[in-house]
Amino acid sequence: MRKRDEKPRPAPHIAAKIITVGAFSLLLIPLLAVVIYSFFAPVSAAGGLVWRPSLMWYERLFQDQLLGQTLILSLQVAAMTSVLATLLGVTGAMALERAQFPGRRFLASLTVVPLVMPELVMGLASVIWFAFLGVRLGVHTIVMAHVTFALSYVVITVRARLADFDTSLEEAAADLGATPGQVFRTVTLPLIAPAIVAGAMMAFTLSFDDFLISFFTAGAGSDTLPMRLYSMIRFGLNREIYALSSLLIFVTAIGMGVSYKLRVGRKI
Amino acid sequence: MKHKGVGLALPLALWLGAFLVLPVAFVAVYSLLKRGAYGEVIWTLSLHNYARAMDALYLGIFAKSLMLAALTTGVCMIIGLPLAYTIATATKTWRSLLLAVLMVPFLTNFVVRVYAIRVILGVEGPINRALIASGLLTEPLMMTDSLFAVAVGMVTNYLPFMTLPIYVVLEAFDFSLLEAAADLGARGWTILFKVILPLSRQGLVSGATLVFIPVLGEYMIPDLLGGARTMLLGNLMTEQFLKARDWPFGAALAMILILAMLGSFAVQRALAGKGATLAKA
Repeated sequence: MRKRDEKPRPAPHIAAKIITVGAFSLLLIPLLAVVIYSFFAPVSAAGGLVWRPSLMWYERLFQDQLLGQTLILSLQVAAMTSVLATLLGVTGAMALERAQFPGRRFLASLTVVPLVMPELVMGLASVIWFAFLGVRLGVHTIVMAHVTFALSYVVITVRARLADFDTSLEEAAADLGATPGQVFRTVTLPLIAPAIVAGAMMAFTLSFDDFLISFFTAGAGSDTLPMRLYSMIRFGLNREIYALSSLLIFVTAIGMGVSYKLRVGRKI
Repeated sequence: MKHKGVGLALPLALWLGAFLVLPVAFVAVYSLLKRGAYGEVIWTLSLHNYARAMDALYLGIFAKSLMLAALTTGVCMIIGLPLAYTIATATKTWRSLLLAVLMVPFLTNFVVRVYAIRVILGVEGPINRALIASGLLTEPLMMTDSLFAVAVGMVTNYLPFMTLPIYVVLEAFDFSLLEAAADLGARGWTILFKVILPLSRQGLVSGATLVFIPVLGEYMIPDLLGGARTMLLGNLMTEQFLKARDWPFGAALAMILILAMLGSFAVQRALAGKGATLAKA
């Protein structure tokens, strides 16, 4: 992004460097420890239990059917959230960025509220509301609550892109006789497509990762993967958790690698 | 052209009305109701939940939660500023690498991250093993299930939220100001307090808001790292919903948290505004 030539910047003080190394250790070492631990299992030996390299926890993990169900449920919730949040977010962003109507600024600030509101408040506000309406809790209530916070990210990403590009392109298309629908399909949509994809992916990830709001809105029998992980930690010393956590860390690492490659590819 | 967008805005407006505005409004309504004998809600309006929240027991929990939030914000600032500075002054390649690593927590599941800290501090964890192997300890240290573990968890988890806004400011910082200050005879601490700190004020203030409020309402970190004895605002609220089944009292606590949030935004606006005029002057 930066186009201007940069002057070399002053080197930070040695103390700042030490703090930086410390901070990155704090962020990474716990995750690394979990991954390492996941590959060791206890074996009885002469002097008691000895830890040996093993894939035992992973084997147990793949035999856990309940876990498979929660994974599928999480993926379903994330997919539904992503689709709904993207539809609502893109139309909303178009309206906020391109249209004039009373209450526009109010609606714009309302879309930011889920970003700043503590998750706990969002969760219990939803559960109070659903109870008042008499809506039974389940997968549908998780999705409704997830869409509410995920759409903020879609609106912000898509609005930023809409504000960024030259509206004269749309005007030119309209001058040349394109109907509003045609302008949107042939000019606007291709230009904001990257932002839509980014927003949809963000909505998916946020939903897939969410624990607290699901915890409140799930009801009995619709545990998501993070909820299952939480109860495994909370109620047992089950070491499959190491393996499950490691798998989730691997997924993140691979995802980051792929998106880094994609970004590098786009620059060239 | 004038009202063309209303139709387009309608789905978003209806959704936010139905799933954000009304639910939050109902938190306010429920906070005025009463709990019945069987955990049901009795529709009589009173401020009795707020009066109850003023009990010394709950005031103690608020005070502890506020202190922990302030401590976390402070520690995140002390670590975040040098961290952001180091990233901002690194070469381009290093800068993008360090930023990517800083983002890892955003992309790793939150439950996994909190659990990982529990592993690190645990009785079987690497710290205890290293201390015992080196002969410094004979018995493992009990570090989890304590306020200390909660604080470590909070700082680790919220550090990126402090560092990124500071980084955004420092990234655009005119570093020749530092040379100018040095030429004028300013040294280490003077440069830090008179040049770097005032000019990164905006970042520090937005970072503080991004850390303080979520920490105040945090549930999982105290729950998984604090053990049964560490009761903070987030756990107290959750307990009203899941165990005590006293929704009106839980709603009143949520309203107090919302008020604290609004208060901190007002403070942020005032501080950031002052910073802006300072930077211009």
